[in-house]
Amino acid sequence: MSTPTTLFDKVWRAHEVHRSESGQSLLWIDRHFVHEGSIHAFNKLAERQLPVARPDLTFGIADHYVPTLTRDLAGVADPKVRSMIELLSHNTQRHGVTLFGLDDPRQGIVHVLGPEQGLTQPGMVMVCGDSHTATHGAFGSIAFGIGASEVAHVLATQTLWQSKPKVMRITVEGQLAEGITAKDIALTWIARLGADGARGYAIEYAGEAIRSLSMEARLTLCNLSIEGGGRCGMIAPDQTTFDYLRDRPWSPKGRAFEQACTYWATLYSDPGARFDLEVTLHADEIAPTVTWGVSPEEALPIDRAVPDPEQLNDPAKARQARDSLAYMGLTAGQKLTDINIDRVFIGSCTNARIEDLRAAAAVLAGQKSRVPGMVSPGSTQVKTQAEAEGLDRIFIDAGLEWRHSGCSMCVGMNGDLVASGERCASTTNRNFKGRQGPGARTHLMSPAMVAAAAVSGRLADVRTLTAGADSSVQASGAH
Amino acid sequence: MQPITVLDTLGVALAAANVDTDQLIPARFMKEPRSVGYGQFLLYDVRHDEQGTPDASFILHRPGAGDAEVMVSRRNFGAGSSREAAVYALVDYGFRCVVAPSFGDIFASNAVNNGLLPAMVEEDDAERLLSALGDAPAAIHVDLDKQAIRVAEVEVSFSISPVWRTKLLNGWDDIDMTRQHADTITDFSAQYTAQFPWTAAQPPESTLISKG
Repeated sequence: MSTPTTLFDKVWRAHEVHRSESGQSLLWIDRHFVHEGSIHAFNKLAERQLPVARPDLTFGIADHYVPTLTRDLAGVADPKVRSMIELLSHNTQRHGVTLFGLDDPRQGIVHVLGPEQGLTQPGMVMVCGDSHTATHGAFGSIAFGIGASEVAHVLATQTLWQSKPKVMRITVEGQLAEGITAKDIALTWIARLGADGARGYAIEYAGEAIRSLSMEARLTLCNLSIEGGGRCGMIAPDQTTFDYLRDRPWSPKGRAFEQACTYWATLYSDPGARFDLEVTLHADEIAPTVTWGVSPEEALPIDRAVPDPEQLNDPAKARQARDSLAYMGLTAGQKLTDINIDRVFIGSCTNARIEDLRAAAAVLAGQKSRVPGMVSPGSTQVKTQAEAEGLDRIFIDAGLEWRHSGCSMCVGMNGDLVASGERCASTTNRNFKGRQGPGARTHLMSPAMVAAAAVSGRLADVRTLTAGADSSVQASGAH
Repeated sequence: MQPITVLDTLGVALAAANVDTDQLIPARFMKEPRSVGYGQFLLYDVRHDEQGTPDASFILHRPGAGDAEVMVSRRNFGAGSSREAAVYALVDYGFRCVVAPSFGDIFASNAVNNGLLPAMVEEDDAERLLSALGDAPAAIHVDLDKQAIRVAEVEVSFSISPVWRTKLLNGWDDIDMTRQHADTITDFSAQYTAQFPWTAAQPPESTLISKG
């Protein structure tokens, strides 16, 4: 009998074109996504006068710089922003690469669009010049972010040199309680292991709680792998995965689909497979979690208080906490639920899929937001679906702006920014200093928790907020 | 790419943990062409106030900092966004080596691809180097071959993957290396597509029709 093998190793081995004497592997790349920021890589290609080796496996997506108020390029005031979108169109057209451009009804954030279009499939190796590429691992593929030099390398060769990372398994046992989401699982393990806790590892998520997650929730969980330093995150494909993929535009069809499913069903970690590190969480240890600092590791359950640096024994931790509290404008020992907010943002590749919008709308239905805010669906198709379900009305009636799809206020490249000193409850992935704009203060949390913060005007526990409002939750959540 | 063997230069201490790539270069500068020189954007919001006035006390604004080629920092340096522009900012500023107890994975790859040495040291050793450098640029010696760093009396060793070390010592470029394997790649791709035919991207029918 062959040695028990991890899911990661099965996929890795199937893609090893060559192994160098030094032990690096040249990996075959099944899918390569490029976006406006890939301009540096296209320039490198042009310098060397090289063609795109496999335009059929390369896909262009306009997301980082796209406006969310219009789908008309002429409506983009900043000529440098407009130029970034135009250059992507130019480069994809020149190299014969399929483009999901600004005005395409399929447009969306790359990590929402890929799965939605069926481009993301189990057992693949996928790359993109964006660190949240880990998202696609939710289908049981190895997916990771790369830099511009590596993007140029993949464009030129459809391969990439990689040293094999170690493999860790994060197991979540038991069932998540009502109101606990994939975002909370992610923030909990990152707070526990640190923002570099998974550095050098590929992560496999496993256990009863993970198996019960929807495809959308799995995408959120894998998306945040990079925030704990993981090279990638993956989940073994199962019936949930296959059901999601059936009849997607780019999914295999008919017999090819059945053939693919037969192979996909072999993609799991064999019993007894050895992991370099095992971490186990129990679902009942996980509460709705929010960040209080400037790194995703600075996260706590909503019913707690921000740390007091004087009480921390580790001088490095105390120093970091002091610095984070100063930037965030918080007082040591302040209760999280006493933190007032100025703004909310619901969007990004982390939490802007249809389920995320439903969860936020369920809390906001019939309520008013006490602060301004913006909702940017993860893709144009998500937007269309949400409008068909009437979710847009719920957001608008609550006083929030209903925008077009793009990376928007998660990274602010298109000009959607949080003002300096403003505090934003956000469904995004990074609470870094200045991430949402210079001086902006970001608190990360799940979509329902952002909605709870909106109606409360401060950070709030969605579980206490929705107690007694079950009817509205069910009405909006029934899909 | 310029090879690295020994650096006898000035070093600066950036005594902070989690210096992520959003801090190394704020997103708003990334729509500028590289030709403008990305060094001016390095740590922009950290070293300027909201009006764009430089903070004179910041290490990079101290006399001699313009000649510094080594930066020493704390854990999780370069975490976050895959933006290679973070490395461009360091390299265009003049840095050739960053020393820290840990690096964001993608940042470290990007660094090596641009001839910037990511030297990983023990947490205690990083603290000793930070103390030795103090709050002004100071002499530092980095030897890639021996994997050693020295500041005044403090001498520490650093680790780096052997593959990256070889690449940096020789100034090698991946695309040139890979193109030597062109035939192997062609053979692999044929065999791979035969084994996993569904991975060939099949455009949806509606797209085919619209292309007429």
